[in-house]
Amino acid sequence: MKRKIITGAVIIVCFLLQCTIFNKLALGSIKPNLLIILTSSFGFMRGHKDGMVVGFFSGLLIDIEFGNLIGFYALIYTLIGFINGFFSQIYYDDDVELPLYMIAGSEFVYGLTVYIFMFLMRSEFDFIHYLGKIIIPELIYTMVITLGLYPLTLYINRKLEAEEKRSASKFV
Amino acid sequence: MKKKNQSSLSNKYWLLILSGLCVLLMCLSLLSGSTGTPFRGVANLTVIPMQKGINQIGMWLSDLSSNFETLQAVKKENKTLQEKVDELTIENNNLQQEKYELERLQELYKLDQNYADYTKIGARVIGKDSGNWFSTFTIDKGSNDGLKVDMNVMAENGLVGIITKVGPDWATVRSVIDDSSNVSAMVLSTSDRCMVRGDLSLISDGKIRFEQLENNDNKVEVGEQVVTSHISDKYLQGILIGYISEINVDSNNLTRSGYITPVVNFKNLQEVLVITTTKADKNGTNKDGTEE
Repeated sequence: MKRKIITGAVIIVCFLLQCTIFNKLALGSIKPNLLIILTSSFGFMRGHKDGMVVGFFSGLLIDIEFGNLIGFYALIYTLIGFINGFFSQIYYDDDVELPLYMIAGSEFVYGLTVYIFMFLMRSEFDFIHYLGKIIIPELIYTMVITLGLYPLTLYINRKLEAEEKRSASKFV
Repeated sequence: MKKKNQSSLSNKYWLLILSGLCVLLMCLSLLSGSTGTPFRGVANLTVIPMQKGINQIGMWLSDLSSNFETLQAVKKENKTLQEKVDELTIENNNLQQEKYELERLQELYKLDQNYADYTKIGARVIGKDSGNWFSTFTIDKGSNDGLKVDMNVMAENGLVGIITKVGPDWATVRSVIDDSSNVSAMVLSTSDRCMVRGDLSLISDGKIRFEQLENNDNKVEVGEQVVTSHISDKYLQGILIGYISEINVDSNNLTRSGYITPVVNFKNLQEVLVITTTKADKNGTNKDGTEE
């Protein structure tokens, strides 16, 4: 229960930060994607289910406020959370490389999907341009933010896990 | 082993349920416009008040820092402003006279006063699109303040965009620089029509593209005003969009295209004005045309 509340709070805080304060921190009108960091890291830290649920709600928030089609971003984020869940098998806590690769990969897939469905479908074929102007800069900025945000999610996760272990051992 | 199988099975169920839900929501929101309404109510209770709060703190901080500006600068500004006021008073008197003359003449010609005085509501920008692909933003007024979809939004005397979504206490505005935005416009001096299209690649340059301006004898120069046209379905007539900054004849020799510098500074948008008359109200029609 506590985990659910804290996870929900983290999602909402990241969403709020992204559409208020990060507008001021945007570099060249590019801002990082906090929700991808969250979805991806919950995916490989906690497994398929948590990744999907976090992704679903993150996407839904975006859909409600900014999307044209409710469910579109929710689907993308859900799938990203699911795919990241496969890597929870080979993930261990002190690993630094895997999270970076995973988040970068998720961010790239996200950019690609949005391009394909929102731009390619409207016959905007200049992929290289969008790659250089949006996808790659967003990826780099997101990676920079990851260095700060990922340890924080890891810390929260560890705390929660420790607490869950303690309360579980009480019953034995 | 058995336990592991069970958990992977339930994962698949979760995936199916959640993606099914997403697809269902997409279909529903494609078929009917009212699917989002309950969600918007939820957002109104959760995210929007917090965005308003953060925005208020930001305003307070920027007020605080601006208070530190020296008194001298303010005094100096006051002096120049006083001069400007005198100047403007004289100009205003002249204009008043001309206005009366114009009114008389308009009555004479029985011209309908088309767009001089729309009622407007002021609103604050409380959040911007979370991604980098589109430029939509949220304002802190909604259907409780009488806002509706398709109302035009202005700032600094120029067109900002159009309302695409309305919640109880918030609304989402798609700005004219958004990649999916198309506005039917005309060059003010010649009344030649063109299309103003938002373009993602031009957002960082602060420009918008215009297309399909007829290549006729009318000379259109850099610096001319572009306003919304009279044939637009959703945009009210005569709202200033911007000034032409570059114009070229297309390779087909039939049309001209180029770039417009918008009057509105989209980067630091804080307050906007919403015109509470929609084009449909004005025309007395009630059709749900998607064409703009």
